[in-house]
Amino acid sequence: MSIDKETVGKIARLARIRVTEADKETLAGELSGILAMVEKLNKVDTKGVEPLTSVVQMKLPQRADVVTDGGIPEKILQNAPEHTAGFFVVPKVVE
Amino acid sequence: MTKLTHLTIKAALEGLKKKEFTATELVDAHIAASEAARHLNCYITETFDSARDAAKQSDARYAAGKALPLDGIPIAMKDLFCTEGVQTTAASNILRGFVPPYESTVSGKMKADGLISMGKANLDEFAMGSSNTTSAFGNVINPWKRKGDNRDLVPGGSSGGSAAAVAARIAMGATGTDTGGSIRQPAAFCGIAGIKPTYGRCSRFGVVAFASSLDQPGPFARTVEDNALLLRSMAGYDPKDSTSVNVAVPDYAAACGGSLKGLRVGVPREYRVDGTNAEIVALWDKGVQMLKDAGAEIVDVSLPHTEYALETYYVIAPAECSSNLARYDGVRFGQRSAGENLIDTYEKTRAEGFGREVKRRILIGTYVLSAGYYDAYYNQARRVRKLIWQDFINAYQKCDVLLTPTAPTPAFAIGENTQDPVTMYLNDIFTIPASMAGMPGMALPVGLSADGLPLGLQLIGKPFEEETLFKVGHALEQAAKFDALPQLVAA
Repeated sequence: MSIDKETVGKIARLARIRVTEADKETLAGELSGILAMVEKLNKVDTKGVEPLTSVVQMKLPQRADVVTDGGIPEKILQNAPEHTAGFFVVPKVVE
Repeated sequence: MTKLTHLTIKAALEGLKKKEFTATELVDAHIAASEAARHLNCYITETFDSARDAAKQSDARYAAGKALPLDGIPIAMKDLFCTEGVQTTAASNILRGFVPPYESTVSGKMKADGLISMGKANLDEFAMGSSNTTSAFGNVINPWKRKGDNRDLVPGGSSGGSAAAVAARIAMGATGTDTGGSIRQPAAFCGIAGIKPTYGRCSRFGVVAFASSLDQPGPFARTVEDNALLLRSMAGYDPKDSTSVNVAVPDYAAACGGSLKGLRVGVPREYRVDGTNAEIVALWDKGVQMLKDAGAEIVDVSLPHTEYALETYYVIAPAECSSNLARYDGVRFGQRSAGENLIDTYEKTRAEGFGREVKRRILIGTYVLSAGYYDAYYNQARRVRKLIWQDFINAYQKCDVLLTPTAPTPAFAIGENTQDPVTMYLNDIFTIPASMAGMPGMALPVGLSADGLPLGLQLIGKPFEEETLFKVGHALEQAAKFDALPQLVAA
């Protein structure tokens, strides 16, 4: 399976990464190379094998559903590229 | 007396207790060494001033007879661990200027034990790489050089700054993280020891995530026993990490020493891979003999799915990375590149903020998780991963620990192996299988190549039996007597 320029454009859009036309060409080659490598996995007979989700054989622990943190809006906002009046600021999404 | 920067952590702790020198003297000696070795580019952010302050507090505790377990020991902190009030970048432009308002569990535990961070160590961007050449803050240079060849060599990756700092004697130990070999391969390239603990042994809370089912913090140091001291501080259950496992942390240092009688060391035949450097194969045979001489029984074992581990990794790790790195959108933290609307802002921010290798992996991950390919790639990889895990469980019916090479070659020059991403990926061929299975692995230096570079071997153990690795690693260290110094330090 090889990846063409158009597919690179599609997945770049899904991944929210702007890619130039020139880069699409290079990436198509590189990504196809990686896919050609992983293609080898299809040779393995995995009939009846459950996909592994975690190497740790344990139940996910649960804790009481209570607030354990909070009241630190300044800390939460301190690394925001733009914030005002206790809110993150983003470009307008609704006209 | 041995120069302070050449002491082991164990010896330094004894010296501090006996008041042969102070923590301030120890830290100052390492600051001076760091300044002299700045061209190695080990640190993204130096924290010498806070290290001096911490040393003073440490000296006060020693004077009052209230020293902490690892009080006053200077270490390097991989810049993937969030440190409160200190810039944490993951070596990416997208996190340039990010100052965490909280501390990672592991770095917090180390601080509480008296360890002193000298700075945030350079790494491959988001820990993706095997040569520390993908950092947005420049390459790290290995303190070792080939005989008669002045070219700069890579320190390995991703924890390249950590490994180079310990090898160059500008830190006594360091933290790393290992996803597919990011502790073990740089340890091998820099001639020091490092351990990737069992997945779940150390908390991932506050560690910038790459591939969450694989990432595991661990230490670097120049001796096996020093690693034991550091791991004891780093390890332990953390309710803030749902994959951290609630089992007691033993005294790893106590496991260093003792006879290997009755211990079975497995030699996996599938690790005899074509293209492995002949000197490394010879060193592996020598390592087998050393353990035999130390009383261990050597058994031939098979891990039949080894040849698929690399491919499995390059589906699963990018898949998880594409999901984890979705959070870098220029809204809540990190850099933002202004766009015309929100989507445009996201796309520009991520295009400008991420480097080439990171983008490549996000795109591959997005592809293998996308509709129509999820089962063919991602689920198939997870099924093969199960078989790889099962291989180890089966092998451990016949042996207690495995001995293998760490990396297929010694350190290479900066710029070599970069034409094609797949060639670079082969660096991790011996370390990835244990990562896929979550098994603990230790790398340690055992010999030198003909052109004077360190060569390492790897021990892989059973889940949560790091003590066996320390016991066997210590025995191998005693037999190998590796005492060569990198040119930078020997000069």
